[in-house]
Amino acid sequence: MTLLTALARLLIFPGLLFAVPAAWFFLWLERKSVALMQERVGPPFMQPFYDFVKLLGKSTPPRSGVGGLLMRAWPLIAVSAAAGAVGLLPVLPSSGGFEGDLILLLALLELPSVCIIAAGFSSRSIFGEIGSAREAALSVSYNIVFLLAIVSIAASQHTFRLEALAALPSSPLLWLGVLAILVCLPAKLHINPFSLPNAEQEIYSGPLTEYAGPELAMWELSHGLEWVACTGLVATLIAPHIALAWGTSLLAGCIFVVLSVAVVLLLSVLAAATARLAIDSSVRFYWQCTLIFAVLAISSALFMRFRS
Amino acid sequence: MNSGSCNGCDIEIVAALSPRYDAEQLGVRLEGSPRHADILCVTGPVTQKAVRAVKTVYDQVLGPKAVVAIGSCPATTNVFIDSRTLDGPLDRHLPVDVFVPGCPPRPDAIIQGVAKAAEILAERGLERAADPSTRLRSGLAQDDRDAANEASAGVQP
Repeated sequence: MTLLTALARLLIFPGLLFAVPAAWFFLWLERKSVALMQERVGPPFMQPFYDFVKLLGKSTPPRSGVGGLLMRAWPLIAVSAAAGAVGLLPVLPSSGGFEGDLILLLALLELPSVCIIAAGFSSRSIFGEIGSAREAALSVSYNIVFLLAIVSIAASQHTFRLEALAALPSSPLLWLGVLAILVCLPAKLHINPFSLPNAEQEIYSGPLTEYAGPELAMWELSHGLEWVACTGLVATLIAPHIALAWGTSLLAGCIFVVLSVAVVLLLSVLAAATARLAIDSSVRFYWQCTLIFAVLAISSALFMRFRS
Repeated sequence: MNSGSCNGCDIEIVAALSPRYDAEQLGVRLEGSPRHADILCVTGPVTQKAVRAVKTVYDQVLGPKAVVAIGSCPATTNVFIDSRTLDGPLDRHLPVDVFVPGCPPRPDAIIQGVAKAAEILAERGLERAADPSTRLRSGLAQDDRDAANEASAGVQP
């Protein structure tokens, strides 16, 4: 990957120029579809954008010392990590990439969650600390399944290159892996039934309770970018064997957007249909119920490799 | 925020967020943390015990901000008038932008009051953006309170 294509991917498509409006659109789509399913009208189309601009115009609480500096830094790190993760997605065919970019993508996807945990603890608010502890417990649980699912897909192909994985033909192993990733997404995106860390009306906004103004705007943006990155990851895994048949970049881009929107709608249906689970039920769900799928996926992947 | 109310108005606020009235169609969302909020809804006649909490929560909301007094209690102390446990009405302590009278007010009146407060908030935000000196001052700024006193307005449902 040359510097020019890397910059184009990070800044234009699927990077910032595409991802930021897409992030607002996905946030609106999630709120709107949940509202429609609850027989409400739901927010206006431009609401996430208005909220972002409004938050940028607000003042921030005075912060001092190293703790204050860290509190200002966390949202910026989270936004850059999420934007980098979106930029790495192999949306367009033959758009470049490098050996091991899957590992970088996984690290960048994990960074916003680590930032949220750190932000909750550095805010020293009791609600923030409870939220961070919940996020940490949840993150340990779903990440095992999430990582095993992706590693099993990668292990079956003997590569950590995203482009190779995106070009995989449809197979039961791939669908098993995608299913396991989909099960982890509600926890990763903090929506029902795994909305524990930011459980509103229970611990206010969890780790973000003490954030306001432009810092909160950055958190909202990083949350939206996480939506784009996570749904985009699923979309790239299931899309290409349709897209490559026709081969044009525009079509690949369109299919990517349509599939991402479909995943957002699927997650919204789940969020509207379920209630929040307690922390022990959530952890038990990942450790007892879904871990079996992940272990099944990775063992079949290893079996396939030894056989071939 | 409840400053010693009988809970009647609080239930009507919850009703305003329910599918029947759906405040979210105007982009309104219930925020738990005062740091995330722009409009502070206060119910109740402001008891002596609640004064400090009301002022603290008001100071935790960052500017530009607006205050809506929900119900007759924060406006006039209602049937609790002359009670020795009260330190109300609300505008003795905070600059109130919109009064929504009623005991309790209807949910649509509450939504109308919040929408009115949002208009005031937008004007205040534009004034603030036009004046570069206010942007540099962070948090708990006195100018917000002064501006709020000038821009008081009432809503008759």
